[in-house]
Amino acid sequence: MPTVSMTVNGSHVTKEVEGRTLLVDFLRQQLSLTGTHVGCDTSQCGACVVHLNGKSVKSCTLLACQAEGAEVTTIEGLASDGELHPMQAAFKEHHALQCGFCTPGMIMSAVDLLQNNASPSETEIREWLEGNFCRCTGYHNIVKAVQAASQGS
Amino acid sequence: MPEGTGIGAAVRRKEDQRFITGKGRYTDDIDRPGQVYAHFLRSPHAHATVKSIDSSAAEACPGVIAVFTGKDMEADGVGSLPCGWTVTDKHGEPHKAPPHFPLVRDKVRYVGDHVAMVIAETLAQAVDAAERIEVDYEELPANVDGTKAPDSGTPQVHEEAPANLCYDWELGDQAAVDAAIAGAHHVTKVKLVNNRLIPNAIEPRAAIGEYDSGTDSYTLYSTSQNPHLLRLILCAFVLGLPETKVRVIAPDVGGGFGSKIYCYAEETACTWAARKVERPVKWTAARSESFLADAHGRDHVTHAELAMDENGKFLAMKVETNANLGAYLSNFATCVPTYLYATLLAGQYTTPVIYCNVKAVFTNTAPVDAYRGAGRPEATYVVERLVERAAREMGIDPAELRKRNFVPDDAFPYQTPVALTYDSGQYGLAMDEALKLADYAGYAARKQDSQSRGKLRGIGFSAYIEACGIAPSAVVGSLGAGVGLWESACVRFNATGTVSVFTGSHSHGQGHETTFSQLVSDTLGIPLENVEIVHGDTGAIPMGMGTYGSRSLAVGGSAISKACDKIIEKGKQIAAHLMEASVDDVEFEAGNFVVKGTDKSKAMGEVAFAAYVPHNYPEDLEPGLEENAFYDPANFTYPAGTHIAEVEIDPDTGVTEIVNWVAVDDFGKVVNPMIVEGQVHGGIAQGVGQALLEGCVYDPGSGQLITGSYMDYTMPRAGDLPSFKVGMTETPCPHNPLGVKGCGEAGAIAAPAALMNAITDALGVEIDMPANAEKVWRAAQSQRAAAE
Amino acid sequence: MYNFNYHRPLSVDEAVALAGGAPEGRLLAGGQTLIPTLKQRLANPTDLIDLGEIAELKQLSTEADGGTLVVGAMCSHASVAASDMVRAAIPALAHLADGIGDAQVRNLGTIGGSIANNDPAADYPAALVGLGASVRSNHREIAAEEFFTGMFETALEPAEVISSVAFPVPSKAGYAKFANPASRYAIVGVFVSQGGDGVRVAVTGAGPSVFRVPAMEQALASNFSADALEGIAVDAGALNADLHASAEYRAHLVGVMAKRAVAAAG
Repeated sequence: MPTVSMTVNGSHVTKEVEGRTLLVDFLRQQLSLTGTHVGCDTSQCGACVVHLNGKSVKSCTLLACQAEGAEVTTIEGLASDGELHPMQAAFKEHHALQCGFCTPGMIMSAVDLLQNNASPSETEIREWLEGNFCRCTGYHNIVKAVQAASQGS
Repeated sequence: MPEGTGIGAAVRRKEDQRFITGKGRYTDDIDRPGQVYAHFLRSPHAHATVKSIDSSAAEACPGVIAVFTGKDMEADGVGSLPCGWTVTDKHGEPHKAPPHFPLVRDKVRYVGDHVAMVIAETLAQAVDAAERIEVDYEELPANVDGTKAPDSGTPQVHEEAPANLCYDWELGDQAAVDAAIAGAHHVTKVKLVNNRLIPNAIEPRAAIGEYDSGTDSYTLYSTSQNPHLLRLILCAFVLGLPETKVRVIAPDVGGGFGSKIYCYAEETACTWAARKVERPVKWTAARSESFLADAHGRDHVTHAELAMDENGKFLAMKVETNANLGAYLSNFATCVPTYLYATLLAGQYTTPVIYCNVKAVFTNTAPVDAYRGAGRPEATYVVERLVERAAREMGIDPAELRKRNFVPDDAFPYQTPVALTYDSGQYGLAMDEALKLADYAGYAARKQDSQSRGKLRGIGFSAYIEACGIAPSAVVGSLGAGVGLWESACVRFNATGTVSVFTGSHSHGQGHETTFSQLVSDTLGIPLENVEIVHGDTGAIPMGMGTYGSRSLAVGGSAISKACDKIIEKGKQIAAHLMEASVDDVEFEAGNFVVKGTDKSKAMGEVAFAAYVPHNYPEDLEPGLEENAFYDPANFTYPAGTHIAEVEIDPDTGVTEIVNWVAVDDFGKVVNPMIVEGQVHGGIAQGVGQALLEGCVYDPGSGQLITGSYMDYTMPRAGDLPSFKVGMTETPCPHNPLGVKGCGEAGAIAAPAALMNAITDALGVEIDMPANAEKVWRAAQSQRAAAE
Repeated sequence: MYNFNYHRPLSVDEAVALAGGAPEGRLLAGGQTLIPTLKQRLANPTDLIDLGEIAELKQLSTEADGGTLVVGAMCSHASVAASDMVRAAIPALAHLADGIGDAQVRNLGTIGGSIANNDPAADYPAALVGLGASVRSNHREIAAEEFFTGMFETALEPAEVISSVAFPVPSKAGYAKFANPASRYAIVGVFVSQGGDGVRVAVTGAGPSVFRVPAMEQALASNFSADALEGIAVDAGALNADLHASAEYRAHLVGVMAKRAVAAAG
């Protein structure tokens, strides 16, 4: 079995995997990082979004082996020193989550948006979130939370 | 809005911390020691006889522990998944209830039906092995269309149900309705399709069955909205186990919308198999399995008529509905198109006579059951499309026509001709608020502006009503329900003054941990953070009925309120003793027990401590401060309101843009307005999804599911939706202690009619849901051609 | 997913050798189509050769004094969309890349992977044909119109590795897409360009494979404006039909999107 090494949330990990092991299964099953979720099998719902070398990707559509040598950040690695990331705080403040299942992927995607576009319009936020499904919120408060995070409030 | 954390305050949710940090704990996040994985071999055919199953090659595959079929379950006496609501048809006969075995015995009846269960050390091994099972099918002709199901020559889904009819049911006075229609000034007629939907909670269903031979007991972790109900069905009907030996845990659950109410084949099989293989058995649905085998929603075809006098006053309504129930009866399938549908056909109006006939049929499709709104969206869709059409035909402003027919504010309680008694409402007020928020007065100018840009603009109303707070047990019992629909609560003070609240409701996104904490904190005068809400574990909570039908606060919250009242009464006795006063003189104010007319006072915390450290305690007083309460509602609650949708259509492509959405809802008293608004947003999104985007499609010939993934089933995305303008009116519910009505389904109930009324207003042509771009484009072309 | 041997070559030569030496080798580019296909068990390669570590495939450059834009096969859609070089040379190409899939798919999906798969509803084939691009592989250069041979079929030989796509820089170009509401692939995508080679109109999504519309090209050659396309119909007979769009509707949308692409080209 191939061995894969990467940095996950700042910690170096090396594990044996099958060639077919998806990054999401590696994170959930081998590293017990269950905050990254699986909501579909066609790469659309975005519940599995993590950052790979700083960019948001769908970890269900990436082999663990492809992340060899990469820096991976999951929802568990977003807060630092017990301080919520501003996007996490904004999601709570603006009630941008209900069941919470899509939330980790949604937050990781939204963080990447602000890395690319520091002050997106409502339309730009809605377009960027095309790859993240939420069945609970109607997206209304998610959009508000991302706007608030972009404005630093 | 009140400050602080009490009732009425927009308290930020207590549960969010774990979800935003990735520490939520959903069923698939749980691994049990020694766990093995289940994979289900599903039918590739819509209808076939299973002549034989040869699993020997699969059993020999690496890692495979067992392969089970329906025969194994039959040998163990595993029963049929029951339907819990008996509908009596118009001839006085009970509905046809063909068996629904967790693994099929002799026939498959829809694509995705459960043929065999493979258990292996890893999921990949189970999937690999399932490919080696050889099933000899004899294909049979299939039918997926509900309206064709009763026709002669249509394939029979079950021998027990001739003409594929589950029941032919009616409500109301047909003769009176026919007479009123015959003598009416005008009769508006519609034919409507209420499209089949696939629920698509983002967390797929999952289960882990576990068996402990030492205690001969089972634990099932499951994505359930109602763990006790699931346990009851499993124990009493399917597996024949004592409830004392089965614990069901529904941990964090990622959305349900109805689809996680039911007892399905998969969790049944995992529980049963855990004992067979003496290992915990885990199954998590792939999304493609959710599409195939989660209970679907809606799927009605309806002909409806509304009779009016010359002033547009409603005289009578007649509704004929064909309801497609799928291949088998899911647990509550029968009541959805009957008691949750026809009883709401009065809407917000004083229509004096109404008749509804429902033919519910079997087809070779996934079972259909309650999905957000359950029957009530279908009813609102019929009533509000009909009323809007009537307004157009009568040349009366649609808001005005509605107002002429609203149940007036002074008419409550109002007895409808379709069995329900509305408790309270101010329908005109919500309409007026909505008209203001939508700037209805400025609509004509906006339409002009759209026209000048080559766009079509439309506006549509939906003045919906729902029956929530499900439900008075005596009422549902008289209508055939196999269960009571009360709710339970236990409020337990701990010695140091914190409170654990055990509720039979289940939260899968609704924010109960916050709302219920506000309620308890406010009632008992203790800090919010001292309250912990416990739910979702039959091993921890009193028997409860779970969450669906917008019932949690109205029924579950009322139970908590009742338990808190008992706590206060007990506390008064303890406080009276501590302060050497008469119980009659002790009053409870803002967290303190005080002796009337004195400065003597004991804080709740002191009383709780004394309850558990009863060193100086009278003989006739029991130690402890813990109270149970069961609340059975006196009536349904009746949230209602008006939604107004405004759209702009590009006639060149048929693309509809929602340019404005106004919702004014009356949910009675509101505990947490932030959470309530969030529920409204989500409901509207699902309703918009139904009207504009979503629709389950089976191939009419083969019965294959065409919309079997997100590649073809269109989920509402952020870019498909606008921001919503949400307003509220408050007419308290008069019959529960909190004055609350329920808010979880309102948006999904109101939205489809509002949006379709807007789209058809813009087009000037009737079309059915989902109003996808091509349908809208064709309608726009036909109008353009007619105009030229 | 069936299991396979995973390889991570560091050069094109190594990749070619691995692909040629495997009983059933498949090249893995960004994986945004191949991995879902593998997950559904619709393909069963013995070996997967990941091109993700081959630096030479990730280059973006210009040639011929800026007259040609060369996009490395492993350039992600996001990198093409964000590239100043692409935006300056062919803004329509950056716009097209910015509309593929969703943000996460664009971060991993690549131009090489997209064109090698030749999904009839993919965006890039319209750009390649609409700009008269050529596909460069480890041993040859293929004109775009010869490259796309049919639905999910290309002129690529076994173990042939795409190295880059060379786009002639047009004087103007535009792309307009009508996305499938569910999958976000193109129901119809039309790429138009005007350059030294004349006018090109290429359509994706509508037919079994990307195709040109000579009648529109002729009309635009004499008058490069949306009005010039008025009344030019595309025959629905050969077009795709599915749940989301009939052939007739697709034919209509080709006309609408062509006009919008021309308007976008300015």
